Amino acid sequence: MFFRNGYAGYRSGYQGSSFMELLRAEAQQMAPDFSALAQGLKLEGIPHGTTVCCFKFADGVVMAGDRLATAGMQVASREVQKVFPTDSHSMIAIAGAAGPAIEMARILSVELEHYEKIEGERLELDGKANKLSQMIRQNLPAAMQGLAVVPLFAGYDLRRRIGRLWKYDITGGRYEEGNAETSGSGGLYAQEHIKKTWHEGLSGQEALDVAVGAIVAAADEDRATGGVDLDRGIFPIVDVCTEAGIARATNDEVRASYERVRS
Amino acid sequence: MSMPFYVSPEQLMQDKAEYARKGIARGKSIVTLEFEGGILLIAENPSTSLSKIGEIYDRVAFAGVGKFSEFDQLRKVGVRYADTRGYAYSRDDVRAKALANAYSQVIGEVFTREMKPLEVEIVVAEVGDPRFVGHEKNAIYRVRYDGSINDEQGFCVIGGTADQLESHLQSSYHEGMSLAEAVRAGRDVLGRAENGDPNLATGNLEVCLLERDREGRRFRRLGQGEVASLLG
Repeated sequence: MFFRNGYAGYRSGYQGSSFMELLRAEAQQMAPDFSALAQGLKLEGIPHGTTVCCFKFADGVVMAGDRLATAGMQVASREVQKVFPTDSHSMIAIAGAAGPAIEMARILSVELEHYEKIEGERLELDGKANKLSQMIRQNLPAAMQGLAVVPLFAGYDLRRRIGRLWKYDITGGRYEEGNAETSGSGGLYAQEHIKKTWHEGLSGQEALDVAVGAIVAAADEDRATGGVDLDRGIFPIVDVCTEAGIARATNDEVRASYERVRS
Repeated sequence: MSMPFYVSPEQLMQDKAEYARKGIARGKSIVTLEFEGGILLIAENPSTSLSKIGEIYDRVAFAGVGKFSEFDQLRKVGVRYADTRGYAYSRDDVRAKALANAYSQVIGEVFTREMKPLEVEIVVAEVGDPRFVGHEKNAIYRVRYDGSINDEQGFCVIGGTADQLESHLQSSYHEGMSLAEAVRAGRDVLGRAENGDPNLATGNLEVCLLERDREGRRFRRLGQGEVASLLG
């Protein structure tokens, strides 16, 4: 499809640097469009993700999410991933209908990589956050039918040398947050926990404890949020983004943190 | 009534080939060679913003010589192709062979159909993945201005005096070279090119790697400091 015959061929077609636009221009059938799918859908049948949170600490920003996806009253998955690195210095946490949300996270990471390869340089963190806005806005028709995607986006701004985070609404509204933000059905409880334990200049370990504590607190109050599942060895995901890049806390680190938080 | 000149197909193709070769010979060469940790691509390039070597996908890199606007356009087409394919299937389904074949088709088409052939010669390199059965081997493909495609073993030089440089490289190359050895061998060969500079400064080198042992995107562009320390 990109290798059309002849000189005129290989120079024709979409010439920009956006992967989403490329799909729409060249491979419409591959561009995800959930609004068409959402018509007449029974929402209880669709897996939903629940609690994610994000806050700043001394070296950057931390993002955490539980592992449970629910479909109505049922467990849809116990090991779903809700926090995704979108490139080496930015990440997204999703809550809401899992299918569209995970697809949005995936396409955002392709989008950022595509831009970087075509242009030879990366988008600025603001540019990435703005791009996500547009993607959420394009999902608005589906959101109106119940397939809402309301992610958190965060990263380390290499120009300003600080961690930054944003929340979104279903219309693509983008709000840069000062220190912390949560989303999903257990978000309120996670927020409460963060309010009580967060302070300026948290160390790496303190930040991990705040994150694990917030997810555990949410799981305690909200039945749709999964906490630490020692029987199955399933732990919340905690991603830490600093100037050096993104590192995911290992299960052992999260377990140790859980023990500190509980005691 | 004027009679159109008759030009034999042989003559036509020869003229086009001559034209393309001349265009390519004006540019500097690029050396691609395997080393113990993957594949090294090294070019003489005084510009820091106009790259001749680029990332296509996780394990695939691109290098082009000749007319910048033409090979850069080919690089971008390759990125679009690879990203779309990787999105539609999986990241492991993006392979150099398919891409090199597609390049061969389009460059060959232009050569036969259009007045002006593309004045480019390109390399598509793929580093192996030892953890993925069937994907362990490195692959280096060279596509010429007329669309002819070669599968190269160990190393490959594209650009003006490629044949002569390859015979130099033949004597210095051996399997399992360290990165520093490979970079030195590459710089040495580039310095021997007819239009090359025998005392190539590190600032004029563009050095990129496909690193086998990394996760995800294996392509990495080396900074000047790193190149200087490797050259010692």
